[in-house]
This record gives sequence, structure tokens and C-alpha cells, in this order.
Amino acid sequence: MGRLRGFLDRLAPHFSKGGRLQQYGALFEMVDTLLYSPGDRTAGAPHVRDAVDLKRVMFFVVIAALPCVWVALWNTGYQANLAIAELDLRSAAGWRGGVLDALGISYAAESVLANALHGALYFIPIYAVTLLVGGAWEVLFALVRNHEVNEGFLVTSLLYALILPPDLPLWQVALGISFGVVIGKEVFGGTGKNILNPALAGRAFLYFAYPAEISGETVWVAVDGYTGATALGVAAESGVAGVVNTGTSWMSAFIGTIPGSLGETSALACLIGAVFLIYSGVASWRIMLGVFAGMVVTAYLFNLIGSVTNPMFAMPWYWHLVLGGFAFGTVFMATDPVTSAQTDPGRWVFGLLIGVLTVVIRVTNPAYPEAIMMVILFANLLAPLIDQGVTWLHVRRRDRRRA
Amino acid sequence: MRLQPKTILTDPLINDNPITYQILGLCSALAVTTSMMPALLMSLAVTAVMSIGGAVISAIRHQIPDNVRIVVQLTIIASLVIVADQILKAYAFETSRQLSVFVALIVTNCIVLGRIETFAMKNGVGASFLDGLGNGLGYSLALMSIAAIRELFGSGTLFGVTALPTIADGGWYYPNGLMILPPGVFFIVGLMIWAIRSWRVEQVEQPEFRIRHVHRTEASS
Repeated sequence: MGRLRGFLDRLAPHFSKGGRLQQYGALFEMVDTLLYSPGDRTAGAPHVRDAVDLKRVMFFVVIAALPCVWVALWNTGYQANLAIAELDLRSAAGWRGGVLDALGISYAAESVLANALHGALYFIPIYAVTLLVGGAWEVLFALVRNHEVNEGFLVTSLLYALILPPDLPLWQVALGISFGVVIGKEVFGGTGKNILNPALAGRAFLYFAYPAEISGETVWVAVDGYTGATALGVAAESGVAGVVNTGTSWMSAFIGTIPGSLGETSALACLIGAVFLIYSGVASWRIMLGVFAGMVVTAYLFNLIGSVTNPMFAMPWYWHLVLGGFAFGTVFMATDPVTSAQTDPGRWVFGLLIGVLTVVIRVTNPAYPEAIMMVILFANLLAPLIDQGVTWLHVRRRDRRRA
Repeated sequence: MRLQPKTILTDPLINDNPITYQILGLCSALAVTTSMMPALLMSLAVTAVMSIGGAVISAIRHQIPDNVRIVVQLTIIASLVIVADQILKAYAFETSRQLSVFVALIVTNCIVLGRIETFAMKNGVGASFLDGLGNGLGYSLALMSIAAIRELFGSGTLFGVTALPTIADGGWYYPNGLMILPPGVFFIVGLMIWAIRSWRVEQVEQPEFRIRHVHRTEASS
């Protein structure tokens, strides 16, 4: 280890200001800070003694998302294997079938290993393309603008990969993350200055540019020719009764054994992530609780109003919680420290706004039941205004106290 | 300072482009640029209205009472727009139906009124004609570039001729739906402005404030 540190230290002068390789300083920086904690200290007071830096924060989010990654691997394979059994196919189509057959992996949906490997063949290409293409943009901008390559991209890329449908064409994955990184983040100046959540911006781009591949009934299970709406899609058609009729109980929706985007089906995995994020102090519990409370209250109000024609009015809050991307969005997307509100009261408002609007759109807009992506992007836009309002109120209250 | 006829005509093309530099007239740029044919007709109509309108109003600028000048300007522009609309209906009926209300809305186009208020009311007939023509051409240039991008990537065609065969027609190209949606224009115009300002650096505005960056390698230790 000491030898590596010494090697990096010998290289450092070349990359720092005035050195021969100055314009590649961002690259050196990236490798160095990835391997070692930066030794920077503030020269003057005040000194903050804390182990948490941007890298640690971002890495904790990655750890928190690991249960969802496991869901992405296992459930994607599980759904595909179920569909293969249902359609009575001998093996998976294309190169994935070749790889699985060569490894001698069965298509038994009972086997955890078979499911996880089958799912990995969908998740890993998507994640690899995301990392390569998005990473290339990150490094390019870091070089041209001579700023640091931020670990934020580790989080963005993982979250982005987890909210895509399993058999999205890889070139669309690449286009989406390019949009997310360039338009969603770098045009505003890079990590910390972005207005929108880059992962959601990328997915929203795909949703508007190529709706056929990212919505509808054929994309959620990674087997060609298999049609299966997400449970939320079924609910929008025929309510909770319809979901239960398709054999989906609340428990299976909670655990996440339902078709959907790669890693967002399991409310349980998101809950584990949420506990870790709140315990480690990385994500704001106020936002999560705000979203949850807003959702519960609005869902309850809709239950009270009731509707003869629209079955979504009757959907209880605990079903809203487990269907679609609600849990994932609440835990990982709404709490993005850059694009959410920064003041504590503002976080409550921000969270409540997301929770309320999500249910309102889910219930009243049957054309697009999955609302939380758009709602979080919308709330991102309002976050600075919310903070401004909180500051104004605070200033006014203090003025009044002195008068 | 006496303005050169050449710069009056060429400045609005890139340096002072109504859309990418003055950021005016975005409403019509959003509405008529899904394909190139309507965009071309719209460009012609706006250019004609602006240059002729500029010349006419400049000719009578000393007779217009100052406090009703907007009414007089609008009357003249509206008359020209009606003529342009009738000509389009006579010779390009199908496309003029696609343009629908947007030809009539040239009356309220902020580029037209802006040039007449700021230029034609203060300059001679010839210069005002050139200014209207130049700004019309600048608008046309921006409009046609946006329309070319939108039509090519949104439907795989240029002027209705297949350039990228789409999946629906048995080709290989997946049309990008965002290009067809009006908000897509904001991304295209934004990227165009980015490209132009990287090339013509003098267009970049001074930032209101600057965050001081300290690169890690220059932090004192």
C-alpha cells in the first residue's frame, strides 16, 4: 500500500497546476481519491472533525441500494423464468439463452441461483452501458472544465439502472444516461449545482422519446412475446381487486415478486435501504416521512370521496405504498441531497408535496398511473422556491419578535 | 454612428440572431417546426412581413403620433399578415392549414414589433427594409435549423423525403418522440445556443456572481 501511495505522490506534481499533465488533473484526482481518502485540510478556522465527505455520503447510498440490486438480479430472472415456464419455451431467446445453456443453468423459477444469474444477464449489460457512457461524459466534462470527477455519478448510474425496464435496448440506455448527465447535470455546472435529479431526468427523457420501450404492457418481463402489465397498471384498470385476481397478494407486492422496473418492485428492499440511510444520517428522514404522510392522507381522502367509475379512488394507502416506484422514489430519489429542499421545514413541505401529488396523479390520471418520477422532477424545480419561502418566513418571524 | 447596410443585413444572422441571441419569438419556433415545410412557409411569411412592414412604417414614421404609434404599427403589420395569409392559402393550402393560427399570430410576434419599435421608427426606409430582411432571415435560419433537427430525428424525414427509414416503415431508425413534442424545442434551442456561444465567445454573458473554485492540488497545506 505504501508503495502505491508513494507512486501517486511522485506523480502528483505533474498533474497539479503548472505541471506537464495539468489538463489531465481531473483524471489523476479521480484515481487518487478513489484509492485514498483525500488528505486536504482547511488552513484556517473553523475546523470540522468528521469522517463524512462527499465520497462517503455517495458510497453509503450505493450500499443502501444493494438490496434493490439483489431484487433487480433475482426478481428479473424470477419473472423471466416464470414467463418462460408459462409460454412453455425451452430456453431464453438470443445470447442470454446461449450463455445460460452453456453454463448449464436451468430455467427453474424455484432456484435462487438460476433466477439471479438470468436476471444478471439483463441487469449487468444495462449497468455496464450506463457506467461506460455516463462515465465517459463525466470524465470529458471534468477534463474540459478542469473540475473533479465526483462520486455522485456512482449513485446516479446505479439508481438510473435500477429504474429501467429489464429489456430496454442498450442504445436507449446510453442515450438516456447521456441526457441525464449532460442536460440534467453538467449544463448547470456539475454535481452540486444541478436542479434536476440526473437519473430521473434520463428516465424522463426515455419516457418521452421512446414511450414504446419504457411503458405499456410488454416491457416489464424480459421475455419476448410475454405481455404483463405492472401491478400498478392492473390497479389503474380494475383496482386492488384486479391486482389480487392476477394472483398478487399485498405481501408479494411488498417483497417485490411482481413485474416492474429492474430494482424498484420491492418495498421491502427499499425499506432496508431507508433504515440504513436514516441510521447513517445520509438521507433526510423528514423528506421520506413527508412523502409517506402526504401519500397516506391523500389516499385516505380519495377513499372517503369514492368513485363509481374509477377503481383507483378506493385503493388504500398500504397498496399505494407497495405498488410501482413509490417506495424506491421516496427512499432514493426524493432524498437526493442536491435537488431536494435544504431547510428542515422545507424538507417537510417538499416531501408532502411529492406524496400528495403522486397519489393525485395516480388516482386521477389513468393514462399514466406511475406518477412519482414526474412528481419528483416537478418538486425538484420547486425546491429552491420552498427554501426561499422558509427563509422569508423565518426572517419575518425574527423581525416581529424584535419589533 | 452610421450603420453599414451590409452589417444591418448580416448581423442578425448569427451575431444578433432573434432566436438564439435575443431569445425572442420562441412561441412560433415551438409551434411550427415539427417539419420543414411549414417552417419554410412561416419563415417566408415572417421575413416578408418584417421587411415590407419595416419599410412602410419607416416611410411614415414622422407622421405617426407618438402616443398611438403601437396602434398604427399593428394596423400596418396586421394588414400585411392578412395578405401573407391569403397568399399562403391560395398557393399552399395544405401546409397553411398545418400552420393554422400561427400565421395570423405573426401580428403579435415580438420580433416583428421589436424591430419596428427599435429600428424602423428611428431609421430610413432602405435601412429599415434591410433590418427587417436581415432579422427575418436570421429567424428563418434558426427556424429551419430547428425544423431540420426535429423532422430528421423525430420522423426520419427531411421535407417529407425519407432520410432515416423508420422502424414502422421497415427501416432501422427509432423515431425520437421528444423531438415531436413542443418542449423538445427548448432542448434543441438550448444546445444551439450552447454551440453558438462556444464558437462566438463574445456572446457569452458575464455571470452575475462567480463561485471561487480551489482545485485540490492547489490547496495550501
